Amino acid sequence: MSPASDGNGRKDRWSAGVTPYAEMGYYNPDYDPRDSDILAAFRITPQPGVDPTEAAAAVAGESSTATWTVVWTDRLTDHAYYQAKCYSVEPVPGADDQYIAKIAYGIDLFEEGSIANMTSSIIGNVFGFKALRALRLEDLRIPPQFVKTFQGPPHGIVMEREYLDKYGRPLLGATVKPKLGLSAKNYGRVVFEALRGGLDFTKDDENINSQPFMRWRDRYLYAIEGVNRASAATGEVKGHYMNVTAATMEEMYERAEFAKELGSVIIMMDLTVGYTAMTSMSRWARRNGLILHLHRAGHATFTRQKYHGVSFRVIAKWCRLLGVDHIHAGTVVGKLEGDPNMIRGYYDVCREDVIPQNPEHGIYFDQHWASMPGVMPVASGGIHAGQMHQLLRYLGEDSILQFGGGTIGHPMGIGAGATANRVAVEAIIQARNEGRDYFHEGPDILERAARGCPELDAALQVWRDVTFEFESTDTPDYVATPTPTTVR
Amino acid sequence: MRVTQGTFSFLPDLTDEQIEAQIRYALGQGWAVGIEYTDDPHPRNAYWEMFNLPQFDLEPGEAAVPMREVRACRERFSDHYIKVTAYDARHTKQTTALSFIVNRPADEPGFRLDRRDERDRTMRYTLHPHAADDPVGRRYGRDDRRWPSGGSS
Repeated sequence: MSPASDGNGRKDRWSAGVTPYAEMGYYNPDYDPRDSDILAAFRITPQPGVDPTEAAAAVAGESSTATWTVVWTDRLTDHAYYQAKCYSVEPVPGADDQYIAKIAYGIDLFEEGSIANMTSSIIGNVFGFKALRALRLEDLRIPPQFVKTFQGPPHGIVMEREYLDKYGRPLLGATVKPKLGLSAKNYGRVVFEALRGGLDFTKDDENINSQPFMRWRDRYLYAIEGVNRASAATGEVKGHYMNVTAATMEEMYERAEFAKELGSVIIMMDLTVGYTAMTSMSRWARRNGLILHLHRAGHATFTRQKYHGVSFRVIAKWCRLLGVDHIHAGTVVGKLEGDPNMIRGYYDVCREDVIPQNPEHGIYFDQHWASMPGVMPVASGGIHAGQMHQLLRYLGEDSILQFGGGTIGHPMGIGAGATANRVAVEAIIQARNEGRDYFHEGPDILERAARGCPELDAALQVWRDVTFEFESTDTPDYVATPTPTTVR
Repeated sequence: MRVTQGTFSFLPDLTDEQIEAQIRYALGQGWAVGIEYTDDPHPRNAYWEMFNLPQFDLEPGEAAVPMREVRACRERFSDHYIKVTAYDARHTKQTTALSFIVNRPADEPGFRLDRRDERDRTMRYTLHPHAADDPVGRRYGRDDRRWPSGGSS
């Protein structure tokens, strides 16, 4: 403990009134973080004239023990032990108003197994601080001591693959479209056709819950008929993510129980239900043997802007801890935001056991998951069969590729769209395993596969040239960002 | 119908050269290669018969060794489903990494979907492979009883 952090050397430390946070011990450049500390990297943009060190110390203070003025009751505690310490403040290259502040939190500041508690501390109060123009939580290092207070995904990638008996390729899914308005019977038709055509999963969309045009129970009944018919037609395990998102926990449990009773292998929920509800559903899913899919509805309201909010890599870590089997994590090539390096970082956070610090991928700290099972990342939004080589290259084999429009919008029908996707993924995997440069030869590999498959041929004709080339709003600071077309 | 379990079932049946190329890839990854067969294609049939033990520690240049086993298995169980599996024993994996069908019966009668009405419009579904109506070893039009065939369902 440095003398500056316990306040003893400073005679004004305990006088009533306002003392700068940095002088109260919340900034300590000599602090050497403990292995058990939770470490946070914040991007801070102080108001003009505010010293970045004081701004960073204020974040540390307000997200741990401090309030705006000195309180004598601090002296009833081992205050230096409990206060968070900002131990590093560095300017962001190329942005003279921004700094990366690293803050260490002692493990005792957090309740075991509670993401709600961790978020209430770390992102609870500080984001509205007047002294800051903007604040972003870029990354968290969760130490194994804290990781071990969670069980993580109800099943994880390994168990899911063994349950489904599907190995060696990305899983394929589709979200039923149109997302709103279909009757239950029409909805089930889409499920059946897409699964029989070759997909592994179909999915309720995030906002399909229980509306006047289709109530949840009716949807589940017709969807499970489609699932079983498709299974009988193919000899494969198939699933439909039944969205159990509802207004109350009691209704979510009721819907999940019904999905279980029908024999569904999987349910889903939306991020909008909150961390506690997600954790409760995770426990339910483990107890009842259903795979749990998470749609990250709403995330971009706070993850997308580079200067303010919470990076998705932090959300992904929280969700792996609280326990989901699938999480939407971006596509690189689709219609939704995503820089290739940042997405790579998210996918690593979901799947790997040890993730070394890597500024190029936006990873600020080494992260050790202590053998916690991996989460299957899901790519969804504006992807199609003609991109299969890019999807495999950027997203890897342990992923779920969800082609909504890219299945249902196929000119020959839903089943044909599904077949096109399945043939495309198998052809690219085969070529990769045979040692071919599948990324650069991808279009050729797909063309050849299409010669024996009119469904794939039609898909390539319709969508081949569809791309979504926009600049990413969130990119790493340390290297030039390659675009999908120039990455080698 | 065509049972589409396994990684490459939507492609034309792989040639022996193509199968060997996949085995070579698996060995290059450090995976053990195994061969399994069954005449019960139910998707929940987790335990196909193992045709000998998985082969560990082979080099990519030795892909011909498992390939010989594939041929031997096919000869014995030509009317069965046969798959090649590759197993990744590394920490955090410790599961199958690749699995694909390399032989299937000439005629695949598929599955019957049995429905039983239950309360409140719910339905109980059961998947029944037509072939499972016959005893093990006599399910796909050929009598395989001269070979020891294990005791699966």
